[in-house]
Amino acid sequence: MSGTTDSYKTNFTETKDIVFKIFRYEPDVNPKPHFDTFTVPVVKGWTVLDAVMYIKENLDSTVSYRASCRMGICGSCAMEINGKPRLACQTQVISELRSKEVVIKPLANYPVLRDVVPDLTPLIEKHADVRPYILRKDKKVEVNPKGELYQTPDQLEEYLQFSYCIKCGACLAACPVTGADVKFIGPQALTQSYRYSVDTRDDGFKLRLEVMDHSHGVWHCHFAGACSEACPKGVDPAFAIQLFKREITARKFGKEVEPARLARQPADVKRRENIPYAPEKTVKQ
Amino acid sequence: MKTVSLEKRTLPHRLGIGGWAYGGRYGLERYLFILHRIAGLSILLYFILHIFITGQKINGKQAWDAVMGSVGGTWFYIGEYLLFVAVAFHAMNGIRLILSEFGWILGKPKRPIYPYQSANMRIRVFTWIMMILAVIIMAVGGFDFFLMH
Ligand code: SF4
Ligand code: FES
Repeated sequence: MSGTTDSYKTNFTETKDIVFKIFRYEPDVNPKPHFDTFTVPVVKGWTVLDAVMYIKENLDSTVSYRASCRMGICGSCAMEINGKPRLACQTQVISELRSKEVVIKPLANYPVLRDVVPDLTPLIEKHADVRPYILRKDKKVEVNPKGELYQTPDQLEEYLQFSYCIKCGACLAACPVTGADVKFIGPQALTQSYRYSVDTRDDGFKLRLEVMDHSHGVWHCHFAGACSEACPKGVDPAFAIQLFKREITARKFGKEVEPARLARQPADVKRRENIPYAPEKTVKQ
Repeated sequence: MKTVSLEKRTLPHRLGIGGWAYGGRYGLERYLFILHRIAGLSILLYFILHIFITGQKINGKQAWDAVMGSVGGTWFYIGEYLLFVAVAFHAMNGIRLILSEFGWILGKPKRPIYPYQSANMRIRVFTWIMMILAVIIMAVGGFDFFLMH
C-alpha cells in the first residue's frame, strides 16, 4: 500500500511535517472519545483526505473515515477540519489551512458511528420527507410523461444553484438551530424542498407545505447563515430558505402558479432516416 | 454461542444550545443570531418586570413607593442602559433580518462558480452599516444616560 505514497514522494520531494489530531471513538475497543496525534510528512498539493489516507496506510490502520470519489462529488468525506465542516478531499493542507496543526473531528449534530464517521441518517430521512422529486396532480405525467415539460432558461436559473447539493451534510453540522432542535427540517432538506417547489415542472408546492410551513420548518430558520458558509458546493442553503419564506408568504396572499404544460408532440413531421432508435427499455413500466 | 449485537453504539454529538455560543470558526452572522436571541429575551424579561412593577399601582401608594424604592439604585440604572443597548441592537439587526428573510435584498440565485459568494456575503456591507448604526445609537444613548443626568 505504501507504494502509492512512495511514488508521490519521488514526484514531489519536498515535504512538510504537519501534526494531525484526529478524533477517535471506537465503541468496541475504547468507548471513551479521545484524540490521537500523528505527524504526517505532507507533500505540496495533498488534501486532508490524502493525509488521512497516509495515516491509515502507514501509521495506524484502525483510523476510520468515509470517502469515495476524492473529487468533491460524492459528499462522503465531510468532516470538521480546524473548526469548520469541510470536504476533506477538497481541502488543501499546506496552501489552504496554513497551520502546523490540523484538528479533525466528525461533523457536529450527527451521532458518531466511529472516529470521524457520522451517522447521516437524520440528513437522509429529512431529505426524503420533503419529497425531492417532481410531483404532479396528474400521476400519469409524474410517472411517465409523454413528452417534455416546458421550461425557459430563466425559469431554470431560479433553482439551478440549489440543485448542486451533494448531500454531504456539512450544512446541518454548521446550523445552530439544527443543533438545538431535533425536529428542525434543516438547511439541506429545506433547500431541496424549495428547489423542487419552484421548478416550473413541479406541482407539489402545497403538498410540501405540510412539512415546511410550521415552527420546525422554514420559520425556524433565523438566517444565521452558517450553512451557506459551510457548503462546499456554493449551494447557499440560507438563501434558498429565505426565498422560500417569501414564496410561501406570496402564495398565502393569493399568488397562483400554473405548472408547466406538457409539450405537444409535433404531428406531421417525418423522422430522418439516419437517426438510430433508442434501445429497448430494460424496465417495464 | 457467540451473539452479535445489532444495536448501534453511536456517540451523541449534538451541539445543543451550547452550540449557539460557539459551533466553529464561522462568520459574523452566526454570532448576530445568538446576540439577537439574547437581546430579544432580555427585552421580554424587562417587559414582564415592567408590567409587574407598574401593576403595583393598583395596590395603593404604599406598595408603589415600596417597589419603586427597590428598583431605583445605580445597578438598576445600568441595567436600564443595558436594556437600551439590547433594544438598539435588536432593532437594527431586526431591520436587516426583515429585509433579508423575505429575500428582498439578497439578489437572485446564481450558478455556483468558485469562489462561491453566499447571499449573506453579498449584503455584508449592509450588515456592517446596520451594526455601526446600532453602535452610534448606543453611544448617543450612553451620553444621554450617564452624562446628561
Ligand atoms: S446544501 Fe451544501 S452543505 Fe448542505 S448537504 Fe448540500 S452540498 Fe452539503
Ligand atoms: S471523497 Fe467524495 S466528496 Fe470527498
